[in-house]
Amino acid sequence: MALFQLNNCSVRAIASAVPQNKVFTKDYEYISEQERQMFIKTVGIEERRVAPSHLTSADLCYHSAKKIIHELNWDKNSVDALIFITQSPDYFIPASSIILQHRLGLSKNTIAFDINLGCSGYVYGLFVLGSMLQTGQIKRAILLAGDKSTLSTCYKDKSTYPLFGDAGSATALEYHPHASSIYFNLQTDGSGEEAIKIPHGGSRYHIQPDTFEEIEIEPGIIRSKRHLQLLGSDIFNFALREVAPNAEELFKFSSVNKNEIDYFVFHQANLLMNESVRKKMKIPAEKVPYSIRKLGNTSSASIPLTIVTELKDKLNGNKKLFLSGFGVGFSWASCIVDFNSVTIFNLIEMD
Amino acid sequence: MIPIQEFIQLLENEFDDLPKGTLKPETNYREIPNWSSMHALIIIAFADANFNVELNANDLRKAQTIQDLYEIIKSKLQS
Repeated sequence: MALFQLNNCSVRAIASAVPQNKVFTKDYEYISEQERQMFIKTVGIEERRVAPSHLTSADLCYHSAKKIIHELNWDKNSVDALIFITQSPDYFIPASSIILQHRLGLSKNTIAFDINLGCSGYVYGLFVLGSMLQTGQIKRAILLAGDKSTLSTCYKDKSTYPLFGDAGSATALEYHPHASSIYFNLQTDGSGEEAIKIPHGGSRYHIQPDTFEEIEIEPGIIRSKRHLQLLGSDIFNFALREVAPNAEELFKFSSVNKNEIDYFVFHQANLLMNESVRKKMKIPAEKVPYSIRKLGNTSSASIPLTIVTELKDKLNGNKKLFLSGFGVGFSWASCIVDFNSVTIFNLIEMD
Repeated sequence: MIPIQEFIQLLENEFDDLPKGTLKPETNYREIPNWSSMHALIIIAFADANFNVELNANDLRKAQTIQDLYEIIKSKLQS
């Protein structure tokens, strides 16, 4: 049972960055007009941001972190840990967080490593850094979460291409002896390996001649082995099966009443899927913000990005948030966290 | 399990753009006008919300008609 109560850790600030470049579903001419309309209505994505070739997820996170360090007036030597949740690092090696430690001018005493998680990653990242902070042996940490998912999709694959947006984020966390507890429920099911996968390019199937061969899986779905594959109905069933019980377990464990939650921020996967989960959990619509319409599915950045774009002016004072990430792996996690005067910065847009 | 006519009415409500009375037990649901993979997701959500039944990719592959879908859901409810 991966249920945890962490103490002494508070969220101080969140910043998020996206590319300026907008791509609209209405312009996706690979599918018919009716399909585009159906996609917008069902999946919920009207537009998304696509990074140009020079801009990576590490860059988007870098600018988010720079903003936080500058605006909070943090001494760069006071940042003890930097974790980057990403599945689109700058290089295979070294880890992007290590490059970012230097780029951000942080001290050589900084703990830095990447975590390879997607949709569930933000909650996992909060858990990993929260665990370190609660000991009091480190005092300040920055959680980076972001992906350039648009690099992995094939234009001729209607099941992946119109879904993803690029985004990065940075969350400042601090040791705080009087902070409210944060509760977590973290879960994993590797039997879902095939549901969301890039088959080639790793060491199991390294780049080889057939890696780039485009194959028609079914009408409207053509891709190669270097591209992302999504098995829609498997993912959908996974979310319907697991997300609500995971949350219920967390509420029971924490003794927090669901009605005490001000906002439920879910990973922005797919509007129909998220709404099905919301209805299953019997949560009122006004407590569930969405950034998916304008920004698409932004992988591990989706929770902090949604907080930045949808809740910036609604988090004054003390608010109780429920966060839930679910997807690739399968991996899923939720947490209940108090936002006490958290600084939320305006969305950063990069060219 | 509810009668199939009621099942069809409920399902038709999920497809806003579908005129009422379009679906019959013998309708091949993949021949619904402008059928796409998103309709499959709507059917999965429909089975979950109304019957608490999980329809997987294999179930959907096996089913040809609305009657088939109805029978699969019914058998899962009984098991």
